Parts: sequence; C-alpha cells; structure tokens
Amino acid sequence: MASSTDTRAPKALPSQAAPLPAPGGERAAEFTTISGVPVNRLYTAADLPPNFDFEREVGRPGEPPYVRGIHATGYRGRLWTMRQFSGFATPEETNERYRFLLSQGQTGLSVAFDLPTLMGYDSDDPMSAGEVGKCGVAIDSIEDMERLFQGIRLDQVTTSMTINSPAAVIWAMFLVAAERQGADWKRISGTLQNDILKEYIAQKEYIFPPAPSMRLVVDTIEFGAREVPRFNPVSISGYHIREAGSTALQELAFTLRDGMEYVEWTLRRGLPVDEFAPRLSFFFNAHSDFFEEIAKYRAARKLWHTVMTERYGAQNPRSTALRFHTQTAGVSLTAQQPYNNLTRVALQALAAVLGGTQSLHTNSLDEALALPTAEAATLALRTQQIIAHETGVANTVDPLGGSYFVEKGTLDMEQGALDYFRRIDAMGGMVGAIEQGFPQREIADASYRYQQALERGEKIMVGVNEFVSDEPRLPTLYIDESARERQAAKLQALRARRSRDAVASTLAALRGAAQGEHNTMPALLDCVRASCTVGEVCNTLREVFGDYTETAIT
Amino acid sequence: MAKPGLDGHDRGAKVVARGLRDAGMEVIYTGLRQTPEMIVNAALQEDVDCIGLSILSGAHNAIVPELMQQLRQRQMDDVLVVIGGIVPEPDLAPLQQAGIAAVFPPGSRMAEIADFIRTHVHPRPALAP
Repeated sequence: MASSTDTRAPKALPSQAAPLPAPGGERAAEFTTISGVPVNRLYTAADLPPNFDFEREVGRPGEPPYVRGIHATGYRGRLWTMRQFSGFATPEETNERYRFLLSQGQTGLSVAFDLPTLMGYDSDDPMSAGEVGKCGVAIDSIEDMERLFQGIRLDQVTTSMTINSPAAVIWAMFLVAAERQGADWKRISGTLQNDILKEYIAQKEYIFPPAPSMRLVVDTIEFGAREVPRFNPVSISGYHIREAGSTALQELAFTLRDGMEYVEWTLRRGLPVDEFAPRLSFFFNAHSDFFEEIAKYRAARKLWHTVMTERYGAQNPRSTALRFHTQTAGVSLTAQQPYNNLTRVALQALAAVLGGTQSLHTNSLDEALALPTAEAATLALRTQQIIAHETGVANTVDPLGGSYFVEKGTLDMEQGALDYFRRIDAMGGMVGAIEQGFPQREIADASYRYQQALERGEKIMVGVNEFVSDEPRLPTLYIDESARERQAAKLQALRARRSRDAVASTLAALRGAAQGEHNTMPALLDCVRASCTVGEVCNTLREVFGDYTETAIT
Repeated sequence: MAKPGLDGHDRGAKVVARGLRDAGMEVIYTGLRQTPEMIVNAALQEDVDCIGLSILSGAHNAIVPELMQQLRQRQMDDVLVVIGGIVPEPDLAPLQQAGIAAVFPPGSRMAEIADFIRTHVHPRPALAP
C-alpha cells in the first residue's frame, strides 16, 4: 500500500543544476506571485499613477484612508495580540492547553471546536461517530463551556471563537459562562467568527439555507450592539477562501464584499451604520508571497474606509477603520520535511506584522500531520515573540510605506477588488453571486491552476516537488475515540439532572422566536441556562429553517 | 470521489477529481456530508471501478470499516478503495487490513494517483451483447 514513505521514493535524485538564464539574463521568462500576478524586475516612481498624491492616497497611520494602519502609534502603542487557535478532545484537556499557552505568553484565547460542534450535533449523535474532539474541542452544553474556561477570567482575557452556523448558541453559552463567573457583559470582549457567507463560498460548514443564516448573524450583531458592546460579533473571513485555493485578490475582494453584505442586511434590520460597524472585524490569511500579502492588507484598509464612507455614509471613524486577525497559511505547510514549516510560518507572520495585523495566529510545524503538540504550539508562539521583541520591525509604523513595489501592489489590489465588487453587485450582491456559483467557481479554477503549476514545476514547494529528502518521522498528537465516550457520559448525566420541563419550554420558545421576527438571542440564552445541548438547539432551528445542500462545482 | 463525514474542506477532492478527469477517467463527485451508505449506493448506481475517499477530519476509523462492510454486503469487493488526506501513522496498517489499497498524503502527485488507480482497478468482465 502506498504510504507516506512510498510517495517520497521516486524523487531521491539530487537537485538539477541551475537552468541556463533566459534571454535578458534572468532565471525565467516571467516572474509571478503565488497568485499568478506578474512581477516586474524593478519598480520606480514611474510605476505609480501620474500626479499620485501620496498624502491623499496613502496618508498617515491612524488617519483615513488608513493604508498605513489604523493607529497612529502602531505597535509602539500596543503589540498585536498573540492569539493561538487551539482546541482538541474534551474541554478539560483543552483548558489545560489554554492555561499552558497563556503561561507561555500568549495574550488572547482562540477556540477551535470539533466538527460535531461546528455542525450543531451533540457528541453522542450518530452523525458524530469518529469525529468527536478530532479537529477541535467538543462542546455540548453550558457545562462544557464552563469547563473550557475553568480558572480563566473571561473579563480579563479576550476570546475568539471559530464557530459559524451555531455561532449564536455557542455565543449564548459563552455569555452565560461569563455571567456565572461574575463577569459584566458590558466589559467582556472577544470575537465570534460567525461569517456564514464564506461557508457557502469556501469552508462549507453551513447548516441552514442563506436567508435564515443571515438572519441569525444580524441577530448577533444587533444583540451585541445593545448588550455586549465590546464584543466583535463577526470576523469576516478571507482565510478560508484563500485556503480553498483563491488568489490573494479574490481573498481580498470576496471578504470585503461579504462584509458589505453584512452591513446591508443589518441596515435593513434598521440599525444605523455607526451603531454596529465599529465592531465588524476581519480575518485574513498570511500566505507565502511576502509582498503580495502586505499589499493586500494595506489595500483592505483603504477599500473598507472608502466603501464605508462613500457607500454606507458612516461618520464614526471607528466604523471605517478595518481591524483584522491573521493566520499564517495552513495550506502552504508540508507533511514532508516539517521543520521547514517553522521557516515558512516565520516569514508569513512577518508579512502579517508588516501589514499591520491587530491579532495573529502562527501555525505549528506539524500542521499538515495532526493537531499541534504543546511543543509545536510553543515554537509557533515563540516565532511571534521573536518578531515582536528581536527584529525591530515593531519599532516604527508601516516601515514599507513608500516602497514603489508595495505602493503599486496596494493600488493594483484596490483596483482589482473594485472590479470584483462591480461584478458581484451586478449579480445581485454576494448572496446572489453565491447562488450563481460565482465565487465558488473562481476558487475552483484558481486552485486547479495552482495545482497544475505545481505539477509542472512552475511553482516550487521545497521538500515536495524540489529538494526532496528523507527525514525521520515527527512525534505528533494522536486523538483517540475516548473523547466521544467521555462526552457521552457527561451528556447522559446532564440529561438526567436537568429539568425536562425547562428544556421543553425553552426549546418551544426558541422555535417560536425562530419562526417569528424577533431577535433569537434571548430565547437562545434561556435554552442555554436550562442546559439544552448544542444538538437540541440546532435541531430545533433545523426544524424551522431547514437544511442546505449545495450544488457542487468542481 | 466521495467526501464522507461532516467535514466540508473539499479543495483536495475537487482538484483531484478534475485531475483524474484530465487524465482520462470518468469521475463522479458525490458532494459533501456523505454517509458510508450514501457512498456505496452511489458507487453501485454508477458502477464505479474505484472509490476515492477524501478524509482530513480524523474520522477514518469510523468511516472505513462501515464502508467496507457495506461494500461486502453488496458484493462490491472488487471495487478499489483509496484514501486521500491526512491519516496518522498508527492508523495506516489497520486501514490496509480493512481493505484500503492506498493512502495519498499531502504532497501526492496527480500522476501518481492516476497511475495507481489505473494499475490497480480490477478488470471488469465485458458486458454480454
């Protein structure tokens, strides 16, 4: 049977000698970014538009259009949050890892949930067989949420939760856990990913159809604006779009257009833009092509400021200042020669920092093999700490500003995104574009083009299609089936202990709220306090909203 | 090409499906959220020579035995079953024993996958005229 060792065997030859230079004295006929965008030999002032007004088009950090950053003091004022995405097996084991990472100097929490939780199933559901705790932590009830944060003060550390379809109920569990710790909802802070549009586009962890899903998102935005004002109810994401194979420009354009879609739906709910826009946050990928990524982040800030002021009339400066978390590109990391991944992640993290990210997760070197060991997660955190404290890049704001290459790249990204916005608008907005399969097709085509480039050797992956060598196997984290057994036992005990009447009445009230027009968050909170499980809540919502099946585009 | 279980990360499944088509094979993609029963039903209906499972979620130990049993029950033992994705080292031998012919990890080449399938599918008897 072919296994990892067999697939490496055919290419044990040493690397070929450097190819002869193409005419003109260069190594290749064309140089392109990882996204396929051509790159010139040299960039000068002539590459910028005639009469380019630097003060207007780029400006200063902390001032519109925010190209150089949203804070005047940059990282001199405050370093980015070092926020490692983490979660596996049971809440108890994950709690241990969170306390460990905090003790090693991480400055924010980020929860990875398992697939059953992400898809709204309890750990003992037949659909959860084999999946419990494998890709993240299993959370079935309020008690699991409390166990997850045992000994961690939720009013003293910010928590990001990567949850989408069941985001509203998971947030309700988080809020009740915080409440039971004695924390004030007006003071707690964190982020919900809660970006359902990119699920239809890329990650495919949807449960319900688009319209009711968008309704739930707007419910959380509205509830947050009123009751949990320091919380970011959405993290509008490009990370997953990029991981699915999009180009950097598509990542930028689809993400911002998703953001615009959330703004429009929330405006239709009747909230004034400045009441909710300051708490919309973003999440980008940090991929391998260094300067392309930096141009992408700078263009993102410029574009968001422009659309928020010109299209939606935002007046509050905080409504137009784009804040983002970044994760280094998982898809760029290799199973072969995994120590190379430390280098990749360091360079990608550096790009994110030079791009001005507010928060950063660095992947572990064993990313392509398993969930991270504690050692690998620590090394990833150290990467950030070394960048922050040893390289000097945090000593000045937007150090690459003024580079002809970077400014030209920023302008090109901006223009390309505006072009995509026009096309998507013509399709009736992002929901319309998704229904027509547009972003999905763009991503499928881009991912296939990249694969072909790799297969032809036009794009290199060190250790995979070039510079191949044997290496010893790495110890990795192995998650067995016992998480499911432990969670199932807890569920059985919970169901025996709680009030059946309370469960029935709160779920009935939730059904009514979902069928009606009112915000579902109060009903969800009541369900959570009555110890309804994730599966019970989501099944109730499934009954009202229905399921969604996509038309696959290959 | 099947995507069993809850996971929706389908980049690999779609890229390989397209690559195998370019290599001259007829490929049916089942879409997401497939149970072993749904996959075997589709395989039977489409009379496939090979089932490719895209599994990144760690759920292979639950999915594969169930799927292989279904194939046996339907007398489809001659269908080649391969996996693409992430399988931890300790699980490789048990999967082989269960009947998985190959596991293609990250970094596998399209040509290698296509060649393996071509050389390992069981020849089917020609249909009677």
